[in-house]
Amino acid sequence: MNTVFLTIVFLPLLGALIAGLAGTAVFRYAGSAPPAVEHADDGEGHHHAHDGPRWPMLLTTGLLIVIAVLSWYAFFDVAAGHTYRVVVAEWLRSGRLVAPWALRIDMLSAVMLVVVTTVSAVVHVYSLGYMSHDPHQPRFFAYLSFFTFAMLMLVTSDNLLQMFFGWEGVGLASYLLIGFWYTRPAANAAAIKAFVVNRVGDFGFALGIFATFAVFGSIEFTAIFEAAPAMAGKTFPFLGGEHDILTTICLLLFMGAMGKSAQFLLHTWLPDAMEGPTPVSALIHAATMVTAGVFLVARFSPFYELAPAAQNVVILIGAITAFFAATVGLVQRDIKRVIAYSTCSQLGYMFVAMGVGAYGVGMFHLFTHAFFKALLFLGAGSVIHAMSDEQDMFRMGGLFPYLKKTWFFMLVGTLALTGFPFTAGYFSKDAIIEAAFAAHSQPGMFAFWMLVIAALFTSFYSWRLMFLTFHGKSRVSRETLARVHDSPPVMILPLYVLAAGALFAGVLFAGKFIGASEAVFWGKAIYRGPHNEILHLMHETPAWAKYAATVMMAAGFATAWLFYIASPAIPEKLAEIFRPLYLFLYNKWYFDELYERIFVRPAFWLGRLLWKGGDGKVIDGFGPNGVAARVLDVTAWASRLQTGYLNHYAFAMLLGLAALVTYLMMMGG
Amino acid sequence: MIIGVEHYLTVAAILFAIGVFGIIVNRKNVIVILMSVELMLLAVNLNLVAFSGHLGDLVGQIFTMLILTVAAAEAAIGLAILVAYYRNRRSISVDDINSLKG
Amino acid sequence: MTVALFFYMFAAFLLISALLVVSVRNPVHAALFLILAFFNGSGLFLLAGAEFLSMLLLIVYVGAVMVLFLFVVMMLDIDTSELRASMATYLPTGLAVSLVLVAELIMVFSAWISAPDALKLRAAPMPAGVSNTEALGRVLYTNYVYYFEMAGLILLVAMIGAIVLSLHHRKDVRRQKPAEQSARRRKEASKLVDVKPGEGLSS
Repeated sequence: MNTVFLTIVFLPLLGALIAGLAGTAVFRYAGSAPPAVEHADDGEGHHHAHDGPRWPMLLTTGLLIVIAVLSWYAFFDVAAGHTYRVVVAEWLRSGRLVAPWALRIDMLSAVMLVVVTTVSAVVHVYSLGYMSHDPHQPRFFAYLSFFTFAMLMLVTSDNLLQMFFGWEGVGLASYLLIGFWYTRPAANAAAIKAFVVNRVGDFGFALGIFATFAVFGSIEFTAIFEAAPAMAGKTFPFLGGEHDILTTICLLLFMGAMGKSAQFLLHTWLPDAMEGPTPVSALIHAATMVTAGVFLVARFSPFYELAPAAQNVVILIGAITAFFAATVGLVQRDIKRVIAYSTCSQLGYMFVAMGVGAYGVGMFHLFTHAFFKALLFLGAGSVIHAMSDEQDMFRMGGLFPYLKKTWFFMLVGTLALTGFPFTAGYFSKDAIIEAAFAAHSQPGMFAFWMLVIAALFTSFYSWRLMFLTFHGKSRVSRETLARVHDSPPVMILPLYVLAAGALFAGVLFAGKFIGASEAVFWGKAIYRGPHNEILHLMHETPAWAKYAATVMMAAGFATAWLFYIASPAIPEKLAEIFRPLYLFLYNKWYFDELYERIFVRPAFWLGRLLWKGGDGKVIDGFGPNGVAARVLDVTAWASRLQTGYLNHYAFAMLLGLAALVTYLMMMGG
Repeated sequence: MIIGVEHYLTVAAILFAIGVFGIIVNRKNVIVILMSVELMLLAVNLNLVAFSGHLGDLVGQIFTMLILTVAAAEAAIGLAILVAYYRNRRSISVDDINSLKG
Repeated sequence: MTVALFFYMFAAFLLISALLVVSVRNPVHAALFLILAFFNGSGLFLLAGAEFLSMLLLIVYVGAVMVLFLFVVMMLDIDTSELRASMATYLPTGLAVSLVLVAELIMVFSAWISAPDALKLRAAPMPAGVSNTEALGRVLYTNYVYYFEMAGLILLVAMIGAIVLSLHHRKDVRRQKPAEQSARRRKEASKLVDVKPGEGLSS
């Protein structure tokens, strides 16, 4: 089995290296055709494929399919009760700090392996079609494979440092892929924004790692999880107060999770990240990377179980995010942004599950969400592809007859997302709402209501997306409509996989992930405190709470149908009546503007100050320029010594002679 | 009273200082500067000769001869320069000689 | 005793005339005092046992270099009063520097001892029973012959340099050109003209 895991982890890296180094070289060499031809459209909506050799793309895709299959094999092996620890190498040893490079394979990592490799493989295949007209395909596939490798490193990490490596690796891949079309200023800005906002979270994460090492003297999961109960309730003095150690560590780690998973306050990068190619949005910004935060909290369940205050923070942040992102999603016009806010919102759901202690439920939602959200994104990608890169939903409409297959996939995704009975979301999302109710705590109840309202909004904006895009009166110009066509098979086939996941993942795996035998299924991967009875309590949820989500789903559908099919005038009127509210939502609660005021401008101001004042005046002034200026002064002064008068030279010589004799007298004597 | 090498050296030192003094006080007159240089060279020669006699080594005298040669050459060239300069400028005031300045 | 007497006499005259060289107003007088200084210097050489050098100093320096000085000084029409005007300005500096120098040098000379094996380091010991001139000649033309040749070259260069520097062609004076004159042939200088009667010469 060890070989299997090593293969799973390192094949993507191999593919990335080959495609990135050799692939780009041969592709550039072969693809030196004039760029006008590369982007030409033959009038029927078919992009000309770039005519470089296709092996780098096919190679990475092939490798990904192989490891996806292997991952499922590994998944079932681990599900049978095995856990593995594969030591790759000793990474570093510095004093007490020991960090072996090992793969920790338990149920948690196995689930993530399956999610990551499956979605990644699907996205690779999809990208073969989606990116076929791009002149930088090998680079794109190298990045994708590299991302997969980093993500696998993250989920299989055996210690915090290794996790941080993967954490930053996916951050890098995300940055590279958001800014993949580096000629677009918006893409570059979004990439930088994603990177910078993630730095805030990573700062907390890094501090959490330092704190863990300071407290436990180790960063290996096995060691620190065993030592955690002994630390429960212990405090440390800081700034005149006593603080709980584990709570502090948990909050610091959660800060990292907030950044990576785009939770409230650090969410601003995720919608902008949609500037990247759509397959990237599906893979990184919906299915895998953004769920790393959820995974982190699940992995640190031994800590969180002992830090109730931190758990409450997780619940609150998750609930607020779920609600907030759903409200913003209501009014967005950009098809990808709607789904992005939906992702943000769903991540909030997962965090609520983590917070109330229902780790299995949260992971289950992560698992199902990966399928249907990737499906939605890839479906949206197909729409955008068909519409020649149009993303505004208000310029679509009535596309159903032209994009029947895409419509089908989007429908499946929407059903799963809104929690239509017996689809994936029905099992996982509703379980989270039940868990929030079953927590029977104040944050839990707050989260419950927030999530229920968010469920209504989710249903509304999802159906709004469907109706605006595929139904109603077409707002598409004629010549565009003439070119609208379903995607090629290479972009359709992978969607079947995801659609299957979106439809059946819930039914098939609900029993394992959150069913009666879930404790056996998760094994030691998830720690639950002795007082954590959440799963039992979930079964005692009153019926109204159980069906609240389904009711909301129906209500959302009905409202959306009313607004966008029956009488499309209503939303405009509402927007006029509640104009301030509409603008507030449309501008995403003015978070970007707020951050611009609070952080960006002061940062620019400070940077300018340091640049002009600190660097320009102080360092350059006293450093290079200052020295140069003083040298000029001295030489100007010294050159006045050179009068040209013979007698001055003679005089200087004699004075020097006298001085030399004096010196020899004093020192030599 | 035996005249030792110290006596010669003292005389030479005073002579040398007089040469220095001459150069400093006659800063405008190139001819006297040249003469002062001759005086300083004479002081140096006196040193060499005194040591040569003291140690019984002929090399001192050999070098004195060489110095005399060089001093003669120097005097000749210096005076030639002076003549050429005077011919062009109608003056030998050192204050006018500042074309060395770059 | 006699030696001491002569030493002090030569030394006194040497120093006094040297002082006068640097302080008299008239360069001609300065040159004459320089000659006197060299005379006394050569006397000191004689006392120190360097007879040949002593004579050399007299002949070469007094006879040639000093005369050259005199020629130049007299040839150039120098406004001496102006040149000497600045003397007072630099007097304190000159005195300070030279007094410090002489004090230090004398201090050095008055407290020294020969290294114990200094005599072993002699490159050319004076042979006994040989005159100074002969001994010098033996050493100079054997061990120091390259230095000797070098000195000769330097003198040659100095001579050529002095000539180049001071040679002066005056444009307004016609000079004889012996080479051209003797190279002239009859053909270049004259021609036969057949003068027709009654026409005369029209060049």
